[in-house]
Amino acid sequence: MKFAIISITVVVLFLLNLFLGSVEIPARDVVEILLGDDTRGAAGFIVMGSRLPAAVTALLAGAGLAVSGLMLQTSFRNPLAGPSILGITSGASLGVAVVLLFFGGSVAVGSLTIGGYAAVILGAFIGSMLIMGLLLGLSSLIRNDLMLLITGIMIGYLASSVIMLLNYASTAEGIQSYVMWGMSSFNGVSLQQLPLFAGVTLSGIFMALLLIKPLNVMLLGAGYAANLGVNIKLVRNVLLLATGLLSAVITAYCGPVSFIGLAVPHIARMIFRTDNHRILMPATILCGSVVALGCSLLCMLPSSGVLPVNAVTPLVGAPVVLWVLLRRRK
Amino acid sequence: MRHDITINIDNLSTGYSSGGDKKVVTHGINASLRGGELTCLLGPNGAGKSTLLKTLSTFISPLKGKITLLGKPLDSYSNTERARLIGVVLTDKPALENMSARELVGLGRTPYTGFWGRLSDEDNAVVDEAMSLVGISSLSDRMTHTLSDGERQKVMIAKALAQQTPVIFLDEPTAFLDFPSKVELMQLLLSLSRRYGKTIFMSTHDLDLALLTADRIWLIDRNHGVTTGTPEDLALDGSLARYFVRDGVTFDSSSGVFRVSVTPVREISVKGEGIRHDMLVKALARNAIAVVDSEPCEITVTHDAFVYRGIAYRDIASLLNAIL
Repeated sequence: MKFAIISITVVVLFLLNLFLGSVEIPARDVVEILLGDDTRGAAGFIVMGSRLPAAVTALLAGAGLAVSGLMLQTSFRNPLAGPSILGITSGASLGVAVVLLFFGGSVAVGSLTIGGYAAVILGAFIGSMLIMGLLLGLSSLIRNDLMLLITGIMIGYLASSVIMLLNYASTAEGIQSYVMWGMSSFNGVSLQQLPLFAGVTLSGIFMALLLIKPLNVMLLGAGYAANLGVNIKLVRNVLLLATGLLSAVITAYCGPVSFIGLAVPHIARMIFRTDNHRILMPATILCGSVVALGCSLLCMLPSSGVLPVNAVTPLVGAPVVLWVLLRRRK
Repeated sequence: MRHDITINIDNLSTGYSSGGDKKVVTHGINASLRGGELTCLLGPNGAGKSTLLKTLSTFISPLKGKITLLGKPLDSYSNTERARLIGVVLTDKPALENMSARELVGLGRTPYTGFWGRLSDEDNAVVDEAMSLVGISSLSDRMTHTLSDGERQKVMIAKALAQQTPVIFLDEPTAFLDFPSKVELMQLLLSLSRRYGKTIFMSTHDLDLALLTADRIWLIDRNHGVTTGTPEDLALDGSLARYFVRDGVTFDSSSGVFRVSVTPVREISVKGEGIRHDMLVKALARNAIAVVDSEPCEITVTHDAFVYRGIAYRDIASLLNAIL
C-alpha cells in the first residue's frame, strides 16, 4: 500500500517535471511531443532535449544517492553517514576539479566532448574511491557520530583547499566551467549522454540490491555478521564499488548534490518503520526519486531561471539531520 | 553427545599480528571443550579472554597451534559451514531502531536462508522454538532498543539457538546484569547444554557464580597461561588460589568461595554461638578486628543482645559504634 502511494508519487512528479518549466508549453503539446511529434521546433527541443533527460536524471540520481546513503549508514552503523557528509562527494569533486581545471580550456562544460566527459567521470570515480578507501580504513572511528562529522568536514576542507590551489593555477574558462558544475543541477545530462549515465547508475543500484541480505546481518555489527557466514571483505568491496560508482557518476554529471543520500534513508525508515533492507532498500530508492524530482520541480519555480539543486536539498536534509541527532540524545 | 570433545586446542598461541609484527597475548594453550557442558573462562581484565574467544570464533587467526572442531581443523570450514557449527553472543550492543526482537532472532537463520534472506515456514518454526526455549516469546514484537540489558542478552542467545549450532560462545554475557538476571542466565545456559548437548563456552567475571554453575572452568592469565578443570579440582589443586589470591583476597577451600580479607589491627574475645555469633565475627572481620580465644571475655552474645563492657546492645551496628 505504502509502496503503491510512493510509486504513484514518483510517476506524478516525473510527469510534472515534463509538463512544468521556466518556458510555458501547453500540456497537449507536451503529450504530442512525447508521443513522437517532432514538428514543434523549440518546444520539441525543450521537452525532448532538456526536460526529459533532466527528469530521468533526477529520477536516477535521487535513487542512486539515497541508496548509497543507506548502504553507508548500515555498513558504518551510523545514522549520520551519507556520501556528502562523509566527504565522498568532496573526493569526487576534487577529481572533477583536477580534470576541469587542468584541462579546463579544452573541456569547458557547455561543450564537453564524450572524451572530456569520460575524463570527468573517471576523475570523479578515482576521487570518490580514494575517499571511500580512506573512510573504510578509519571505520572504527566512524562509529562515533562526532568523529564521523569531523572526518567528513576535514576531508571536505582538504578537498576544497586543493581545489582552491588548482583554481589559482587554472584558466578563466576552467574556473567558469568548474563553478557552473559546482552549483549542481539535474540538467547536465544530454539525451545522448543519458544511456551512459543511466547504465552506470542502474548498475550501481543493481549492485546495492545484491547486498540486501548481508546488509541486514551487518545491522548487528561486523562480528555477528561474520559469525553468520557473511564474507565481510567481499561485501565491503562490493559496497565500496557501488557507492563509489554511484557517487562518482552522479557527482560528475549533476555536481556535488548534498543531503539526499543522508536524509532519504531516514525518510524511508520513518514511513516504513523497519530496518529490514528487503523493504527499506526499495523504499529508499523510490523515496530518493521522489525527493530529487520534487527538488528539481522546486528549482524550476522561479520564473526568471532555474535554481541550483543545492539551494533546495538542504531544506529537506537539514531538518532530518537535526531530527536524527535530537532523537538519539534521548 | 555429552562429554564428547567438540573442540580441541593444541599448543595454541593467541594474539594479534600486523605486518610482520606479532603481539602474543596467551601462549601454549592446551585444552578441550565438550558437548553437554557449560564451560566458563575466568581471568582478570587484559588476561586474553576476549582474544581467545575471538580466535575460537575465527574473527582473528591463531598465531601458532591447532584448533580442531568436530575432528577437522577449524580453518578448513567455509564461512557458511562454520556459521552452522558455531554461534556467538558478543558484547557489542547492536544499534537497531526499527527491528523487533523476533526479526533479530530470525537473523540467526541467515546461514540457512536463500539469496534474499527470506524466512521459510520451517525457519519461522525454529525461531519460535528458540524464543520459547529462552522464555522470551512474549517479547516477539518489542523493538530491540526498548529491551532491558537482560532481555537483550536473552534475545541474542535465542539468535544463537536459532542458528542451530552445536557450539555457542558467549563473551561476558552476565556483564551489566543485575544479580537475579545473572543467576537466571547461567541456569538457562546450563540447562541448554544439558538438554541439547550443546557445547557452551562463556567468559565471565562472575567468579562465584561460575564456580557454582559451570561444569568446567578455564583459568587464564598472563603469567600462568590457561589451566582447566572442574571447579572442585581447581580448588583442590590450588589453581584457583594461584590465579586469584592477592592482597585482600583469600580463598576458602572448604566452602569453595573467595573472601575479601582485611588485615586485623585489633583483637577481641567473643563468647557465644549460633548464627548471631557468626554474623558478629563477620562484621568484626570487616572492621579489621580478629576474634581470639582469651580471658576475660569482652563480648558475650546472648539470644537478644550483644553485651560489651556490661552494656547490652540490641544490634551489631550499635555495638560496632561502641567498639570503634
